[in-house]
Amino acid sequence: MRMILTLLLAGIASTAIAQDTQEAAPELVGGSVKSNVAIAVPVMPGDPIGRQVSQVIVSDLRSTGLFTPLGPGGLPGYSVEEAGNPAYPNWRNAGVSALVSGYIEPRPDGRMTVACYLHDVTAGRELTHQGFAVTSDNWRQAAHKCADLVYSRLSGQQPFLDTRVVYVAETGPKNNRQKRVAIMDSDGSNNRYLTVGRHTVVTPRFSPRGDKLVYVSYIGRKPRVLLYDVASGQERLLIPGNHITFAPRFSPNGRDVVFSMAENGNTDIYIVSASGGQPRRLTSVAGADTSPSFSPDGRQIVFESDRSGTQQLYVMSADGGGQRRISFGGGRYASPVWSPAGNMIAFTRIAGNFRIGVMNAGGGGERILTDGWQDEGPSWAPNGQFVMFHRTAQGAGATRLYAVPVSGGSARIMPTPAGGSDPSWSPINN
Amino acid sequence: MNKTILIGMTAVALSLGACGRKAPPPEPVLPAAPAPVDPNSTDPNSLEVVELPALQADLVAKAGSDTIYFGTDEYSLDQASQATLAAQARWLLATPNVRASIEGHADERGTREYNQALGERRANATRDFLRSQGVPDNRMTVTSWGKERPVATGSNEEAWAQNRRAVTVIIR
Repeated sequence: MRMILTLLLAGIASTAIAQDTQEAAPELVGGSVKSNVAIAVPVMPGDPIGRQVSQVIVSDLRSTGLFTPLGPGGLPGYSVEEAGNPAYPNWRNAGVSALVSGYIEPRPDGRMTVACYLHDVTAGRELTHQGFAVTSDNWRQAAHKCADLVYSRLSGQQPFLDTRVVYVAETGPKNNRQKRVAIMDSDGSNNRYLTVGRHTVVTPRFSPRGDKLVYVSYIGRKPRVLLYDVASGQERLLIPGNHITFAPRFSPNGRDVVFSMAENGNTDIYIVSASGGQPRRLTSVAGADTSPSFSPDGRQIVFESDRSGTQQLYVMSADGGGQRRISFGGGRYASPVWSPAGNMIAFTRIAGNFRIGVMNAGGGGERILTDGWQDEGPSWAPNGQFVMFHRTAQGAGATRLYAVPVSGGSARIMPTPAGGSDPSWSPINN
Repeated sequence: MNKTILIGMTAVALSLGACGRKAPPPEPVLPAAPAPVDPNSTDPNSLEVVELPALQADLVAKAGSDTIYFGTDEYSLDQASQATLAAQARWLLATPNVRASIEGHADERGTREYNQALGERRANATRDFLRSQGVPDNRMTVTSWGKERPVATGSNEEAWAQNRRAVTVIIR
């Protein structure tokens, strides 16, 4: 068994074998994984779906940029009984630092339990385990929850893998681009369209609980904010009548929607209850005020305005008071989004090229994260560790979604079936 | 109903062209006045706008153009634009029972939401000028396409200059 394991893993990562002879594998201290951890995810026993469950866990862990996941192919199997009690020495000899095991078991109510165990192979002990009860067609969510358990425990971060993305799916040439609102799991699965593509649509955003969307449709040749219920598919105009409205976002309690309205050559920010009623005007200075985004405590709003002559970032109280500029880095700044923890603001910086950056919520500490020709429209992962955005290519203008780690690193392309823009990352799924 | 009128207009224009006479073709048949829309409705399907392609072509033929152009980040009207708009105004005043959707556009080299605002600035400036030439407000509506509807597909100054525009679209 030991021999088989060593042979199977020999080709995969030479550093993994070297670690075993020269130095201990990186220690899994409660939280801070600093180098790529070799983590094995063999096929989960108990049900044929176990192979796909393990595959989803592997691709989720790879997407974090923190792990070198191994498997499920090429790894030895194990029984349901061994899930909680693996042969640690065998895995140690193979140069693996961590092991994800588990099993799948039918429940009397017709659903299935997916049990998920994370082991510290070096220390030879279990770190954590949890079981997830799902209907058989929702096995993917159990896999994402297991991957989130592993990721959280090893990185010390909040989870982010069991999430969805709402975005605009794009097809066709630049001068006849078809756009549809689409929702998918963050790994690209379960992609489905919410609009049929008859009207141009832009900037869909989730409500804080992920049960509603606001988005902009050019129905009737005018951009207008629509409020959409995800479960029922019902939608209505946020503001009735002949007004140009766009740039909508929910407040953190989900009760209000902040948005821009353009009238008589001026664009200002307004807020209205999501259940209807009179909007309240928040800005009135001459200029284009747009892209409002609430702080997570609901007390402040960051937005962009060109009132100074160029697009810059401003922060105000949620009632419109105390408007002050926070961007001073040279260049123009747009599309600000407040981070989930409240400490940072992501934005698009325009200085020749368009690039995604982050700064401290009070201003300062600016870091540019991407290097495209036209990267724009950032959206935070719910744990604040990644920012999704869209990148447009010169010329034919193909547009794709990317995610970049906020701590620095390469942007990774998101697996959408066609082009994509204006992503909005959902909260963690229930 | 609208389709029938359009087919009728097209047939008339073609047969006259074949004759090669010097007299101008007859004016296109005008549609009936538009039905009122409930301003308090939140039903997105209540927002129908009907374009009138044959009348659009007539506007272009008589006013010279349905489109004016702008500098980068600009929404001011140069002399050429003002001359074009003056001619459009004359056409609108001579063509009752139609309205105009004044539509502002921006090039791709701006962020999405800012460009929605910029398009509205351009459309608004255009509408204000048409109003100064006597076109009543209740015959015009302003909108912005932001950067969503480029006509030129390159990523260069030439293409961007063609996309920074305001178009007067004839609607019912």
